[in-house]
Amino acid sequence: MISEHIPALQVVVPLLAAPICFMILNNRMAWLFATLVSWLSFAMAIMLVMEVKDGTVLRYEFGGWAPPWGIEYSVDILNAYVLLIVSGIAAVVFPYSWKSIQKEIPESHYRIYFTAMLLCLAGLLGMTITGDAFNLFVLLEISSLSSYTLISLGRDRRALTASFQYLIMGTIGATFILIGIGLLYALTGTLNMADLAVRIPPLEGSRTLEAAFAFLIVGFGLKLAMFPLHLWLPNAYAFAPSAVSAFIGSTATKVAIYALLRFLFTIFGTKFSFDYMQVHWLLMPLAVVSIMFASIVAVFQDGIKRLLAYSSVAQIGYMLLGISLVNVTGLTGTLLHLFNHALMKGGLFLTLGAVAYQIGNTRVKSVAGLGQAMPFTMGAFVVGALSLIGVPLTVGFISKWYLILATLEKGYWPLTVLILISSLIAVVYTWRIIETAYFQDRPADAPPVSEAPLSLLIPAWTLIAANLYFGINSSLSTELASSAATMLFGGNL
Amino acid sequence: MGLMPDDLILLALCIPLFTAAAIGLASPWPNIREGVTLVGSVLLFITVVALVPHILAGERPILALAEILPGLEISMTVEPLGMLFALVAATLWPINSLYSIGYMRTNNERKQTRFYIFFALALSSVMGIAFAGNLLTLFVFYEVLTLSTYPLVTHAGHQKARDAGRVYLGILISTSIGLLLPAVIWVWYVAGTTDFTAGGILAGHISGPLLTLLAALFIFGIGKAAVMPTHRWLPAAMVAPTPVSALLHAVAVVKAGVFSVVKVVAYIFGLELLQTAPGIEWLLYVACFTVVVASTIALQQDNLKKRLAYSTISQLSYVVMGALILAPLSLVGAALHIAVHAFGKITLFFAAGSIYTASHKTNISQLDGIGRRMPWTMGAFAVGAISMIALPPAAGFLSKWYLLMGASQQEQYIAMGVIILSTLLNAAYFVPIIYSAFLKPENPEHFVEHKESPLPMVVALTVTATATILLFLFPGLALELAKAVGVPVS
Repeated sequence: MISEHIPALQVVVPLLAAPICFMILNNRMAWLFATLVSWLSFAMAIMLVMEVKDGTVLRYEFGGWAPPWGIEYSVDILNAYVLLIVSGIAAVVFPYSWKSIQKEIPESHYRIYFTAMLLCLAGLLGMTITGDAFNLFVLLEISSLSSYTLISLGRDRRALTASFQYLIMGTIGATFILIGIGLLYALTGTLNMADLAVRIPPLEGSRTLEAAFAFLIVGFGLKLAMFPLHLWLPNAYAFAPSAVSAFIGSTATKVAIYALLRFLFTIFGTKFSFDYMQVHWLLMPLAVVSIMFASIVAVFQDGIKRLLAYSSVAQIGYMLLGISLVNVTGLTGTLLHLFNHALMKGGLFLTLGAVAYQIGNTRVKSVAGLGQAMPFTMGAFVVGALSLIGVPLTVGFISKWYLILATLEKGYWPLTVLILISSLIAVVYTWRIIETAYFQDRPADAPPVSEAPLSLLIPAWTLIAANLYFGINSSLSTELASSAATMLFGGNL
Repeated sequence: MGLMPDDLILLALCIPLFTAAAIGLASPWPNIREGVTLVGSVLLFITVVALVPHILAGERPILALAEILPGLEISMTVEPLGMLFALVAATLWPINSLYSIGYMRTNNERKQTRFYIFFALALSSVMGIAFAGNLLTLFVFYEVLTLSTYPLVTHAGHQKARDAGRVYLGILISTSIGLLLPAVIWVWYVAGTTDFTAGGILAGHISGPLLTLLAALFIFGIGKAAVMPTHRWLPAAMVAPTPVSALLHAVAVVKAGVFSVVKVVAYIFGLELLQTAPGIEWLLYVACFTVVVASTIALQQDNLKKRLAYSTISQLSYVVMGALILAPLSLVGAALHIAVHAFGKITLFFAAGSIYTASHKTNISQLDGIGRRMPWTMGAFAVGAISMIALPPAAGFLSKWYLLMGASQQEQYIAMGVIILSTLLNAAYFVPIIYSAFLKPENPEHFVEHKESPLPMVVALTVTATATILLFLFPGLALELAKAVGVPVS
């Protein structure tokens, strides 16, 4: 039966599709092919979620080699949930790409774009699904290398420096991760995650194990843009092509957070990570600083994409904060915010792509008067912004509810205050844009603008509508997130 | 009608929404568009009135809309206080629509379609607030009301309107997210529910100074109640066209605020629990302070709308006082004052807009002798003013009577003193206007040749003035609803 092989196909299909896509010489066909693959991935992710929703764990041995010698893919609620996020965003961004890149990327690079997008998708899905620590590193490199390529495709020359900066920082991060995994291998003789989880607890107190832990935290910290290792992120998001910002901005850091969770909770175990290493006392202050610092910096940005990038750093802070509370509610908040933030940032970046398509740039000043000229685009932006603020009936409210509840459970009320204050700062930085769009007139010498084409509006509104749908009926995301969180504290893979 | 009460709740929420959509569709034909507004508002009125007998019979219909988090529903229910509030808003919407048509057309306001659409949306969220079945639902509609009235406040679109819009959103959003939301989550955390229940849900879950802190989060978090220092948005919102000031910023929005305060006191805390909170009287004193200081500021305003705005702030704090005196009688006064003040204040705002439309005068110092040119307008103004001062035969007398009785029952002498002092201040800033309008000769410096304003406006303000007097003569329904507030159904 083919359905047994879905865990493998989830990664293999986009991975093999990438070189095929490069060989399709017709640009439009390459796009249609890539889009089809992204939808297929989404369909597979949905099937996986359906299968593991009740708590079963799917194991797939590659090539029939039994673990720990062979590579094993293992799917539980947590990674099925992340697969759903990544492939879902891909399924919206791929169809959007065709129109969007026409004004941002030279035609000769279209195939490179779609190939790199497929590789990036394969890498991210693979990182999520794999049950093998070294395999995770390999797929991390696949997704990273392809994302350096994608960012460098941006039409602004600064995209090249942004990509280079990310390359350097990303490589350092990946090296740290490799060193960490190497140390674990030296210590235990295994790379299989389930196997590692069994062998690590007796080693508590080993200096090597502590070093491995530290390398992995820093390495993943770089990839997920944990303050102060976030410096690559604003440039990368700001100068990448719009569709790339939307895709990477809503998936790459999420997968890195997933990997961090997998190492903290499954491989090292809660006892080692939190009782022995006390890592939450590292994460919490960093989360607090990144929430406050990045939110405030966002207020002073002139470019909307860069503003949203800083806002992303702050949102990542929320996710880390949820982890650092070390309770099920907080972790549920983190996991919900993975999902919800992907929806809001994805939607906002796609909306901005439509703005860039019509007026050529996305500076705050340039959106003056677009409230009237592009009502559907700006309407989508307003809804996305409300979700970012955390207004009820949007997904932003759902994640904040859980995070605040978790801080109250712990009795850390200053953190409650912090979350609320940063929500208010989000009002300030989003309202600047909304005010400019609705209350300032377009400069008299500016060329007339019209509404963006439907091929951009439909994908953007799909994500924006999801913000509302999952804000009103959050049962899918809350159930998955809370059972994944419970499972992580239960400790079995 | 063969409709079940929970269908009526759904209708009350949906009629304004459909009206908004229909207004959008009818945009190219102003006459049809205004017709739609009038029909929609009358339908809403009929729907809300149809609910009254059910509530008086002791029914508490429930309508669950969506479960947004496990165990946390968006659900609606109707109890006497919400019924009273919805009834006031639904009665005044048709009258206000009539007035708006005259005002907006005569003053050639821009973007009238947008105006009517957001007006209808605001009414829908008012219904949502009135019929909210739990704190979360109340919070959701509270925020929707803020957002849907923002385009109305900034309607004029110029720099001043934008600045006012910033103050408006800034204060209302920051108090609601910064204080009200944590209070809601706190209640959920300690009680495991946020359902409005007569007698409260917090007894046994929270006590001591934390109880007082929670109450303070609610009082200041509900920025729409305009208890100082969260009152600044109200005068700022006066930049909006007068019909907006009249229905929204004298009736719907501010009443949504004080309504929420009374609702929380009666249905979340419960009077008995709150009486045990240490230092709770200090919150009452903040409300007293607001009453006196806002009246004093009103005294110094020459701009008529500004004076009315500060008068509103002080009148709102009567309701907050009524809730915080923590006596059943004062609660009746608070509930009654929501209705009574609404009719009086909308009359005053209607009059201010009527003066502006007819003569383009905005300041009190320009109004000498205007009563002879605009007898209907200024007559209605006088009725509204008498209601504010709380003299018979205007309805304002009733609610103050209950407030005073409640205060004396609880031996809150400071509150009693404040009510009496504020009555004098009210007289001090309203009587001179009436005096100079009718008895002073016209000042040639401000001379403008004008008559009464257009007929729809005169009709509207006459109706509300008449209602203010009728409410005094026949307070039966309002009083019956007010007396049932917070009383469990046996």
